[in-house]
Amino acid sequence: MTATTAPTQVSDRPSFWARLTDRWLVKLVILLIVIVWVIPTIGVLISSFRPAGLVNANGWWTVFTDFANNRWTFENYSTVLASEGFGNAFLNSLAVTIPSTVIPITIAAFAAYAFAWMEFPGRQWIFVSVVALLVVPLQMALIPLLSIYVDVGLNQTFPAVWLAHTGFGLPLAIYLLRNYIGSLPSSLMESAHIDGATHFEIFTKLVVPLSVPVLASFAIFQFLWVWNDLLVALVFLGGNPDVQVVTLALRDLNGSRGEAWHLLTAGAFITMALPLLVFLTLQRYFVRGLTAGSVKG
Amino acid sequence: MSLATEPERRQTPPDAPEPGPSGVGTNLVRIGVSLVVPVLALVGLWWSGTVLLDKDANRAVVVAAALVIGVLGVFGLYWGMDWLINKLPERMRARVRPFAFVGPAIVILALFLLYPTINTILLSFQDARGEMWIGFDNYVNLFSRDDTLIALRNSLGWVIVVPLFSVVIGLGFAMLSDRLGRKSEALSKTFIFMPMAISFVGASIVWRFIYNFRPEGFGEQIGLLNGFWTAIGNEPVAWLLQEPWNNFYLMMILVWLQTGFAMVILSAAIKSVPEEIVEAARIDGATEFKVFTRVVIPSIMSTIVVVATTVIITVWKVFDIVFVMTGGRFGTSVVAEKMVTEFFTFRNSGVGAALAVVLLVAVIPLMIANVKRFREQEETR
Repeated sequence: MTATTAPTQVSDRPSFWARLTDRWLVKLVILLIVIVWVIPTIGVLISSFRPAGLVNANGWWTVFTDFANNRWTFENYSTVLASEGFGNAFLNSLAVTIPSTVIPITIAAFAAYAFAWMEFPGRQWIFVSVVALLVVPLQMALIPLLSIYVDVGLNQTFPAVWLAHTGFGLPLAIYLLRNYIGSLPSSLMESAHIDGATHFEIFTKLVVPLSVPVLASFAIFQFLWVWNDLLVALVFLGGNPDVQVVTLALRDLNGSRGEAWHLLTAGAFITMALPLLVFLTLQRYFVRGLTAGSVKG
Repeated sequence: MSLATEPERRQTPPDAPEPGPSGVGTNLVRIGVSLVVPVLALVGLWWSGTVLLDKDANRAVVVAAALVIGVLGVFGLYWGMDWLINKLPERMRARVRPFAFVGPAIVILALFLLYPTINTILLSFQDARGEMWIGFDNYVNLFSRDDTLIALRNSLGWVIVVPLFSVVIGLGFAMLSDRLGRKSEALSKTFIFMPMAISFVGASIVWRFIYNFRPEGFGEQIGLLNGFWTAIGNEPVAWLLQEPWNNFYLMMILVWLQTGFAMVILSAAIKSVPEEIVEAARIDGATEFKVFTRVVIPSIMSTIVVVATTVIITVWKVFDIVFVMTGGRFGTSVVAEKMVTEFFTFRNSGVGAALAVVLLVAVIPLMIANVKRFREQEETR
């Protein structure tokens, strides 16, 4: 960056002008990257509110130059929500995502507490196995799980997806929570035991309230992961329009109406709305969960 | 991991069992608690799943019922187990309770991750329908067929290009935004980071729109890239059909999604480089560029490696983008996408499983590294 503006005599402080152009150059480059990064989403957002005729007639960027012809509509959204099934899909996504987040967190929190604060045979090597399972690609589980689900008649049901996501999410959840819960002060546990509290009481009344930050991080991470997932939904819910989630609905719309951009952009925005809201309001927790959770299989 | 808890200092609960052999009865109860109850819960889920399949029911009601069953069911499971344990004789309770806590996790991991993984490995040595053992034929097939070799080649390309671009752009952006004011730094980072919340399918639609192509004479270009391309006097291009460059255009979607992640982590690392070291280099007369390449980058090297590894793992398993954008046609297929196509479209579980195993084998070094690092951490605890 400074290569062009820095004075040749490096021991001198850069001149006023060099510093000024340097600052502006930095700002310019940042602005340029931000624009490149935001434009794709802006284009989708704008097109989703334009009438079909206009979307097909000219590029969305003409709304900034050709004010006279601008017209706006909610019709794309109502079409997509009603006749393309995104309304139902949105409900189904909630029904898939919320339990798929709550179940692994609950199971992992109990297990993490046991790994950190309880004595039982096999504690160490079971936990090492959990660490090893962290990076197993979920592709490894798809084929056998599908045949189990087909055998027991669980295929294309919500519990099938909950359990699959629970299995795929558990290693990371146990690992994260155990590290956090294990670092709580042991004096706390001791005094609770002396007061006669059982493990169950210590867990629910002491450990869970203290672990809210890490629980929130994982919850957000898992929520976004499940909401945005296509593969698991495709394998275990695909082919049944009654239970299809938003990612499946969008993929089907892409297949059947691949050039209907007024609908595709509206559909894409419906699938993006909730994760973006979660992201913008809970960014802090999300970053933490992401940092820790990025090795998920 | 915190150094605060040392195992020696860990208080054993007052109701802890005496060390020594535990009776057959206790072991039976342990197995019972850690197996029977979760299995009962699974059966309950299965039952509820079939009830929820009722087609005539109102969707909103079904969804609400699913939420109640899914969320309350799991709390009820643990509450019920604790209630049962408290009915046991006092001596047994402490021995059995840990198994009530870890039992469900172990059962689910075994049933939904461990068993399928082993089964997939076995399937990869069987024929298309999983009926006959055929040795390494699937792997031979996989490494000799043109389409699978292309998928392997593309996957390697993805694994090199995407981490490279996202780390370099992320690092550059982190470094530059570090010089902005606090508020504008946070705001500009949010914009770069935002695509992380978008699904791969959503991102694919966003970018199919950008790459949209209309042959000349079929109306104005509505794709941004062709709009720009024709505005500067070129003929419109069908970007997604340009082999082999179309692979690169698809990779850019993942770069768009992953750069924010690299940037946020690297930015935190840059901020943790001690100010004194950087100042010292400046006083010694280093230019800003030299400070960055000779001081900052070496001190955050381990973070760069972690970020790159993380992005590599994500990239290695990418499926959605190719599946939605091109369906793997026009020479763009990748291993994870091929695996799904082989299994679902061609109904060949053998080759599908073999492709999944290829995905697994590549991450085994990482698995070993994770376990090793964990053991070291435990020793220093």
